[in-house]
Amino acid sequence: MLSPTQDRFALAAEHVSKRFGAIVALDGVSLDVPNGACIALVGESGSGKSTLLRCFNRLVDPDSGVVRVDGADVAATDPVHLRRRIGYVPQDGGLLPHWRVQRNVELVLRLNGNEATTERAATALSLVGLDPSRFGDRWPSELSGGQRQRVAIARALAAEPDVLLLDEPFGALDAITRSELQDAFIALRARIRATSVLVTHDLHEAMLLATHIAVMHRGRIEQCARPDELVGAPATEYVQTLLRRARVTHAVSA
Amino acid sequence: MSLALLLGLAFLQAPAPARPVIVASKPFGESYLLAEMFSQLLESQGLRVDRRPGLGATEIAFRALRSGAIDVYPEYTGTGLLAILGEPPLGDASAVYRRVSTEFRSRFGVRWLAPLGFQNSYAIAVRRGTADSLHLATLSDLARESQKIRAGLTPDFIGRADGLPGLQRAYNLRFRDVRALGPSVKYQALAAGQVDVIDGYSTDGLIARYDLVVLTDDRHFFPPYEAAALVSERLALHMPEAVLALSELSGRLDAERMRTLNKRVEVDGASVNVVAHDALASLGLVVGGATERAASPVVKRETLSAYVVAQRSVLARLSVRHVELVIVSLLVAIVIALPLGLLLERAPHCAEAIIRSVGVLQTLPGIALLAFMIPLLGIGVVPALVALVLYSLYPIVRNTYTGVRDADPSAVAAAHALGMTDAQVLRHVRLPLAAPVIMAGVRTAAVIDVGTATLAAFIGAGGLGEPIVAGLALADTRMILSGAIPAALLAVVVDGALALVERRVRPGQR
Repeated sequence: MLSPTQDRFALAAEHVSKRFGAIVALDGVSLDVPNGACIALVGESGSGKSTLLRCFNRLVDPDSGVVRVDGADVAATDPVHLRRRIGYVPQDGGLLPHWRVQRNVELVLRLNGNEATTERAATALSLVGLDPSRFGDRWPSELSGGQRQRVAIARALAAEPDVLLLDEPFGALDAITRSELQDAFIALRARIRATSVLVTHDLHEAMLLATHIAVMHRGRIEQCARPDELVGAPATEYVQTLLRRARVTHAVSA
Repeated sequence: MSLALLLGLAFLQAPAPARPVIVASKPFGESYLLAEMFSQLLESQGLRVDRRPGLGATEIAFRALRSGAIDVYPEYTGTGLLAILGEPPLGDASAVYRRVSTEFRSRFGVRWLAPLGFQNSYAIAVRRGTADSLHLATLSDLARESQKIRAGLTPDFIGRADGLPGLQRAYNLRFRDVRALGPSVKYQALAAGQVDVIDGYSTDGLIARYDLVVLTDDRHFFPPYEAAALVSERLALHMPEAVLALSELSGRLDAERMRTLNKRVEVDGASVNVVAHDALASLGLVVGGATERAASPVVKRETLSAYVVAQRSVLARLSVRHVELVIVSLLVAIVIALPLGLLLERAPHCAEAIIRSVGVLQTLPGIALLAFMIPLLGIGVVPALVALVLYSLYPIVRNTYTGVRDADPSAVAAAHALGMTDAQVLRHVRLPLAAPVIMAGVRTAAVIDVGTATLAAFIGAGGLGEPIVAGLALADTRMILSGAIPAALLAVVVDGALALVERRVRPGQR
């Protein structure tokens, strides 16, 4: 397993660029994520936030620049092994519909050839607030949207990864469920040490869940700061506009 | 069981010295009758006979004979000259016979035995009412009135040089309308007034039944079509006793006798076996009581159920063969099409082109495909299976490819993102998710197979097509239904059984 040290950033991007045909998705992005932090990538659709996230587990390979996980250049690592050490939660959950909840959560454990997969999957389910004995035998089609996302998070956490990537994990949920899941995530963050990257278009959510916020616009990072610093000292006009539009003030974030 | 069947037939295909004489026919009444007479003659000489009646058409029967897959079938000299040799017609019957005898022997190694004694030419026939009102007696008369006439002609006749194209030139005919009609429906269509003229054979029993007028070929356009036994090289060289037995029929059948015999089969519904036996007995060629049956020319047709009960052991055997053909061809098709579909999913740029070319196989007419395969595979079960496999590939390849390609994209993406290899994604995610779609393709293929397997009868592979083909040739509805109804039931049963399998492979269900 990884043994991250305090003086090394858990995740780093150095001058990363990526084009899809004529579209520039990432335009020389650099980012350091401290060990144990939860960084939110915030921006509108097409700002490049999901592309940046996907660079960390090599779902996207950049055209130029270096992406590091625990100090190592990911381009030099086998993508399959890289992904097995990194938890990943897509927006739609991505549960395998032909597997029961228990089997879904065991996925990475089994890929890694771990022992005691049943117990560890049950632990992961409890961690996201689902009773393993009630939910383990269910099919994904028998779950609500919120339950499905909880299972997806449990699946990402089951192998106790050092890095957790969440791609708009609560984006498709209704407001009440979203707020429940956000609370569950906060509780979860208190118990795990994984460095997390959370993609969201919702500044409120970023304020609520993240230790750091990177505001992205047209493939660049406008500002990366702690939430209170961002509100207190927006670095660019775009960040200011974003804050104003989201009606985020000091008072709210405090 | 299926494997044993395949091996058994592969063995049968190999030339073995003790092989029985394989007697075949083309799929029309007179051909069945003559072939049965050949068979009984051979058997009366103590020879073993394997009957393969109703082979697809001239092309299939002749190719089968040439390649040694069959030993004898009744053919007509005019057909040999025009359709097989592709030569222009000759007016004189003995000149035609001499020509085909020497050419077939030197080119193909097959032999024409001496003619049986009658000609069976094309007979252009009209209703008596039409003949009377338009004063038609000859084809020249028909040409004069042809602008008013609607023709219903067999596709064979419309296509061949000694058919419609030549007739039009010879008589300057111009029909108001020409419709292609199957041999089995043309007489009914003419009788019902749907068309005014058809092409028949001069010895057809149905000409008398419908009281039709055959127009005289006053310009002698049609060449002589003398019936004779066409025998394989093997028979000619190595089984003189068989050639001798068959030759006993040469010159013994005149047109009048043949018309009477055909009428008993086609009009009165007597069985081919009985009529053949009676004919041979009355010619003194076999021993047996023919007089009794011949005395009552009209055989009462049994009801369908009585017929099915009487034929139950035969029908059971044909059904088993049919099921075997379907199961074996389906399994082979799955073994080929499933990996192909998966492979194409990895090569999306050429997938559509390849799947489409597999689809083209689907559009090939069955008979053409079978005729094409005879030089390679002979006749019988093996080419039938190959044809069925080719027809089953498309739905399975298409559904495998589509099912795997379109398998729940978010599940596939997540599986990748969590560290499954491509092979693991295929095995654990795409394939199980595509299973119901793949099964639907297999179901489609199975139902197509049950239907298409009736074609197997055209190359002597048996199955429920046998009574259908024979029934069509002999205008015997009861016989057609005795094959068609079990085939339809089989399709329903197969589809239902596979529906159960499909439900079991549906993911995320109890």
